[in-house]
Amino acid sequence: MKFYPGVPAMPGTSLDNHTGNWRTQKPVFDHAKCTACELCEQYCPEPCIIVADDGKFDVDLDYCKGCGICAEVCPFDAIKMVLELK
Amino acid sequence: MPKVIAPRDPKEWSLFTAGHTACAGCGQSLGARLVLNAAGPRTILVNATGCLEVFTTRYPSSAWRVPWLHSLFENASAVGSGVEAALKALGKADDVHVIVQGGDGGTADIGFGSLSGMFERGHNILYVCYDNEAYMNTGIQRSGLTPFGASTTTSPVGSEVLGNTTGKKDLPAIAVAHGVPYVATTTVAYPKDLEKKVKKALSIKGPKYIQILVPCPLGWGHDTSLTIRLARLAVQSGIFPVIEVENGKLTSVMRIARKVPVDEYLKPQARFRHLFTPAGREELERVQALADANIERFGLLGSKAG
Amino acid sequence: MARTLEKTQVMEGSRAIAASVQRCRPQVIAAYPITPQTHIVEHLAQAVANGELKAEYVKVESEHSAMSAVLGAEATGVRAYTASSSQGVLLMHEVLYNVAALRLPLVMTVANRAISQPINIWNDHQDAMSARDTGFIQIFAEDNQEACDLQYQAYKIAEHKDVLLPVMVCVDGYVLTHSYEPVSLLDQDLADQFLPPYEPSWALDVDRPVTYGVMLGPGEYLEHKYVLQQAQKRALGVIEDVAREFGTLTGRAHGGLVEEYRLDDADVALVGLGSLVSALREAADQLRAQGIKAGVLKIRTFRPFPAEKIVAALGGVKRVVVIDKGYSLGSGGILGMEVTAALASAGVPAVVDRFVGGLGGRPIPASTVVRAVVSPELPRRQDGFLDLKPEYLGEGD
Repeated sequence: MKFYPGVPAMPGTSLDNHTGNWRTQKPVFDHAKCTACELCEQYCPEPCIIVADDGKFDVDLDYCKGCGICAEVCPFDAIKMVLELK
Repeated sequence: MPKVIAPRDPKEWSLFTAGHTACAGCGQSLGARLVLNAAGPRTILVNATGCLEVFTTRYPSSAWRVPWLHSLFENASAVGSGVEAALKALGKADDVHVIVQGGDGGTADIGFGSLSGMFERGHNILYVCYDNEAYMNTGIQRSGLTPFGASTTTSPVGSEVLGNTTGKKDLPAIAVAHGVPYVATTTVAYPKDLEKKVKKALSIKGPKYIQILVPCPLGWGHDTSLTIRLARLAVQSGIFPVIEVENGKLTSVMRIARKVPVDEYLKPQARFRHLFTPAGREELERVQALADANIERFGLLGSKAG
Repeated sequence: MARTLEKTQVMEGSRAIAASVQRCRPQVIAAYPITPQTHIVEHLAQAVANGELKAEYVKVESEHSAMSAVLGAEATGVRAYTASSSQGVLLMHEVLYNVAALRLPLVMTVANRAISQPINIWNDHQDAMSARDTGFIQIFAEDNQEACDLQYQAYKIAEHKDVLLPVMVCVDGYVLTHSYEPVSLLDQDLADQFLPPYEPSWALDVDRPVTYGVMLGPGEYLEHKYVLQQAQKRALGVIEDVAREFGTLTGRAHGGLVEEYRLDDADVALVGLGSLVSALREAADQLRAQGIKAGVLKIRTFRPFPAEKIVAALGGVKRVVVIDKGYSLGSGGILGMEVTAALASAGVPAVVDRFVGGLGGRPIPASTVVRAVVSPELPRRQDGFLDLKPEYLGEGD
């Protein structure tokens, strides 16, 4: 990977770095309870909240660091943080 | 399992991409993402050295989908001034936003001189300060924005001294004193407010200043899930007033619907743990007094006319 | 439209330099005043105010911000300019490395001045020497005509695709900047012919959203530095090519790496930088009149250090006398050390006598140079310091 003048990095290449392998707990989304209020998407620091086919919200586990913010802010109790055991 | 690309996936729409190496629950990464997506793709970013710069641009990765430049710690405002001047020379100044961003150090301390110069010369630049109340990138040392009573690695709690003994440098007031036409504060607990303020700022010609309180789980010593809750409590306790000052006049404040005692905000943070010991009682009262003074000064409980 | 050299006029060095910079059409200028650079940046401000120069002039609040602002401007794809001296060059020190490493072809004029403490506003080369590791190309002017001519060449060298490094044009403060000499400027059309509009190799551009100023780890940083060194090495050839082109256009030989004066059959070679070379030429003539075969090797380009050229020029002499106007405390004169190292590496047997003088603006007349050649014992005993005044020295000194 030869250096170009100024040693640039290309846009959005952080997506190659799957930070999902950091976490010890992951959010589990209950699509029945989810009202698609968008709060979890607004507050995710990565961001890695996605909108699934059914219009409900879920997470991209490639990047989720398991911080728990989404579960904390969800007004409908639709997100639970679950310990991930490998 | 095959990867499904959801119909709405931030990989598609966000100008700030995941995969950056910010700590889990980092308020600053959220703030930066909200600011940039509010500003849009016709934005050039100049970033000071700090957490945000480091966790988004470790070669060859970049979390930025707009042109982005990092030079040094104290010169982001000066570099931005040069970018803005060049855009004027090229006749592109009306077409492209220039946003300069930094943390405590790059804004209030080491970067203060160049910030002042940029304000004074009247460049058409929005400066965003991500205020996490210490020098986080270098390991949580005390900054000019560290609040009274906070424990940091250079203002630690010891047998003689209990944490930081000085108050926050009042940067919004300093910006106003420079004649900056739009000065605002907000926190990551209020993304719509943040977005509105960024868009409003970018519609105004001249220097603009927005200071965003961004909790730091590592530096403040709180659970990663509490970033938003604490950013909200900081406002509801009066500790961090959310205001707008336009052309020297206070034009809006975020009113506190239900005032909370500072304890609720301070207790979940390890950096304030000592305030809840007998030795720290006086300091705790002082923090409450500071919050009450803010409420009085800005009419946060609706007692003063805007 | 005739493309010519303008009629020769007598004018202050700073004004001539500013007029030359103006003809390079910089689009952004950011500078902080410091004696003796001030007249340069003032003349440019007047040119902008008169509408003669279409540039954004950023009145920065410090030299650190001056270099940072022009860094930002160059990074956005425009030709930028700044100037400084002494403490200003020191204050912007960290930014100099940034500009070179980002491969931004900025040109800065340094009105060479001594370094505080105590404060001294007169000429020596300490400020330029302090920047020799930064990656900037450094070229020294001997007189004001050369100072003017180097400004155009500096941009052409810097912006060359094989180089892409910033250039520091060194002009002795007061000695050149404030003296009145006859100069002939290029008229704008000739300047435009020599120096076409800037075409950046990279720029901050919303249509090409690339990230610059990354963090590079132990696994890659070494290679990055190697790449910069190769750019400096390529600059050696480009500097000569540009000088040749300039010479063809103007008939003036005011560029390139080194210049020889009466060196062909010389036994003793006098070596120096900048306006000192004029005194060296005079000293060489005086020595020749005394029967000593002296010559001068003027080093015009200090970075990249033209070791090969120096070795080729000095291969035949018996003795080399280097006079430094910069000094590395705890070691010695910097130019002297680099010349010695180059000759030693190439196995050139010449004896190198290293002297330092002129610090803080002390004049070095030709007579001092002649004395150093003819009777070098006293200065050698005093760490090579020329014309040292004993009345200021203490017992332990």
